[in-house]
Amino acid sequence: MLSFVIRRLGTMALTMLCLTMIVFFLVNLGPNLKKLAISQTEMHTSAEQLEAWLVNHGYRQNFFIRYGQWLGIMPKQPVTDPATGKPAQRFSFCNDPVVPTFSGILQGDFGCSTKFKTTVASKLFPALSATGILMLCVLAVMVPISLLIGILAGMREGSRTDRTLSVASIASTATPEYVSGVIFTVIFASWLGVLNGSAASASQGITFYNFTLPVMTLAIYGIGYIARMTRASMVEVMTQQYIRTARLKGLSFGSVVIKHALRNALIAPFTVIMLQFPWLLTGVVIVEVMFRYQGFGYTLVEAAGNNDIDLLLGCSLVSVFIVLITQLISDVGYAFLNPRIRVQ
Amino acid sequence: MQVEYLSAFNVVLGVLTRFWPVWIALALVMGASFGYKKKLGLYGQLFDSGVGIVGVGICLFWLFTAIFASTISPFDPLAQVPIMKDALPGAIEPASKLVYYFGGDKLARDVFSRMVYGSQIVLIIAPAATGFALMVGITLGLPAGYYGGKIDTVLSFLANLVLAFPVILLFYLLVTPGIMDTPIPYAMAGLFFLFPIIFFSVLFWTRYKNRPDRLYILLGLTLVLGGWIYAGLVFDADPFKIIHIDPNQLNIFVAVVFASSPGVFRIVRGLVMDIKTRDYVAAAQTRGESPWYIMLWEILPNARGPLIVDACLRIGYTTILLGTLGYFGLGLAPESPDWGTAIKDASRLLRSFIHPALPPTIALMSFVLGLNLLADSLREQSMKD
Repeated sequence: MLSFVIRRLGTMALTMLCLTMIVFFLVNLGPNLKKLAISQTEMHTSAEQLEAWLVNHGYRQNFFIRYGQWLGIMPKQPVTDPATGKPAQRFSFCNDPVVPTFSGILQGDFGCSTKFKTTVASKLFPALSATGILMLCVLAVMVPISLLIGILAGMREGSRTDRTLSVASIASTATPEYVSGVIFTVIFASWLGVLNGSAASASQGITFYNFTLPVMTLAIYGIGYIARMTRASMVEVMTQQYIRTARLKGLSFGSVVIKHALRNALIAPFTVIMLQFPWLLTGVVIVEVMFRYQGFGYTLVEAAGNNDIDLLLGCSLVSVFIVLITQLISDVGYAFLNPRIRVQ
Repeated sequence: MQVEYLSAFNVVLGVLTRFWPVWIALALVMGASFGYKKKLGLYGQLFDSGVGIVGVGICLFWLFTAIFASTISPFDPLAQVPIMKDALPGAIEPASKLVYYFGGDKLARDVFSRMVYGSQIVLIIAPAATGFALMVGITLGLPAGYYGGKIDTVLSFLANLVLAFPVILLFYLLVTPGIMDTPIPYAMAGLFFLFPIIFFSVLFWTRYKNRPDRLYILLGLTLVLGGWIYAGLVFDADPFKIIHIDPNQLNIFVAVVFASSPGVFRIVRGLVMDIKTRDYVAAAQTRGESPWYIMLWEILPNARGPLIVDACLRIGYTTILLGTLGYFGLGLAPESPDWGTAIKDASRLLRSFIHPALPPTIALMSFVLGLNLLADSLREQSMKD
């Protein structure tokens, strides 16, 4: 088991290395750097000045050297002040060093956000905790509801309840966040006026009034999927011999479902819930933009829109980490929950 | 000048009559399918269940809407009639006496016509991108599952690499205006569009290599047709100027294929690993058939059930992806009538006007729902066999 986890962690590190390198390559494409230089210098700068800014801020160094600097295996060089000729800070708003230092991801330095004029760490981690709260609320709503729907539907396959709930869950998987968000806002904010169509105020304090719509919108897309998986798993368990035995020895239907079927039927949904995280991540971006909630997704969109290199790299690192770690947890957890599975 | 309005009942009636070519086509196709359902195999079996009928109906509805878009929509989707700015549903345009059935948006365009034309964009890109993703996924998934070993390790690692990317980040990196100045989208298009040609060439080669009369015709046809489309799509150098794709749309297309082919790869790989243990594969191996013949002519036909179901779901998922792209304003032109862009524009103004938001959302939702219902009932029918 331990060697399995260690091997998986090794693959994970390799994947993250490859992915960050791809992101690094893409954000450093010529047109993207030009966009960055234009946004960072004053209006009406000539092409030569833009180029000089890029050279001066170290964006024209060799690709691998720069990637190494970001990673922390190459020293970060200070820039030369064109006026005095002395070494100066690269970005004054981030306390960049004036002597060459090893300061990258491995040292815990995420770099400098050019859009927000601050360090990436001071922007990214508050945003992550805000998104964490949103995710927790979503999971707290999504998991119980979807499991309940799945179990009720799968309990008696082909019954009227099953048909109705199955069609409802298919409908919910057909509703992406930007569709359900609009529909919910129209119903609950515009017509009924009971909920707030914007979660901007949720950064100060979360209330039922401003937080329900984003949570509902995010949960609805996942509910259908998890419910269908739970239903499939439940249907399979209900056809097993031991369920028939339990019924034949005279147990009531309810107690067979709760005592015998449920535990085995919930193994598969666990994996599905874990693998929902990558989907939730995309949903978070849409919902946070739609409801103006200052979290991770909002930060990612801002970073991507302004080609804020270090912030975007930080965001990719975090999201890729979340995806991979949830995959690992789902594999390990599955092996723990299902005694028939042994990992080598 | 005063704008007059139709009553709600007349709006509904008017919309239903505007769709007349769709109703006729639907009635013909559904009637014919129902009549001959015994002879139509899996497709015919769909008409045995209510869910299947509804699924096929919705999908065909949008297909015919896309085909007859110019007849159905009363206005040009990009035309602006200043007096109709933010007009409510049912407003009559004074000059032509035609009706803005679902009202006007903030740029005074007809919401109804835009919704109808939006279906064209979705119904061209989503199935085509899914088709290419299937080709790429199958061509790479077959050897990965069949041979295993190093090929499998490398290809699976690459597929997991793409799958570990959150889709939205991938799109922000791949579908930006800047990237069109670099050769990256064209290189990726060049790579992806090669797969169908390879796939069909190998397909015919393995089957007919001892029958040159057929082989040369089929292979020649593949190469000529494939090369023609390839030249048109990747290099925009179609000598007859028929096949042409906007650089914008090529970029979206490539990004969508890139994002969804690893999923197909994983499914195909899993199916192949399951099927290759069957007796008929062992029999083919004993006969001395080549590995690619076994993959393409023994394994692939037996994997078609799950693949068809997955393709249906995937077209729906691609539609959602296209909507996401439109919602973030990536790739598609800002005035494009596709549903995602329309939802983005309308959702910013929800506080003042809700009517421009509802038609595209409901259209997108119903189309994806139709595909999902279709997939569900296909799955159920193929399980019965």
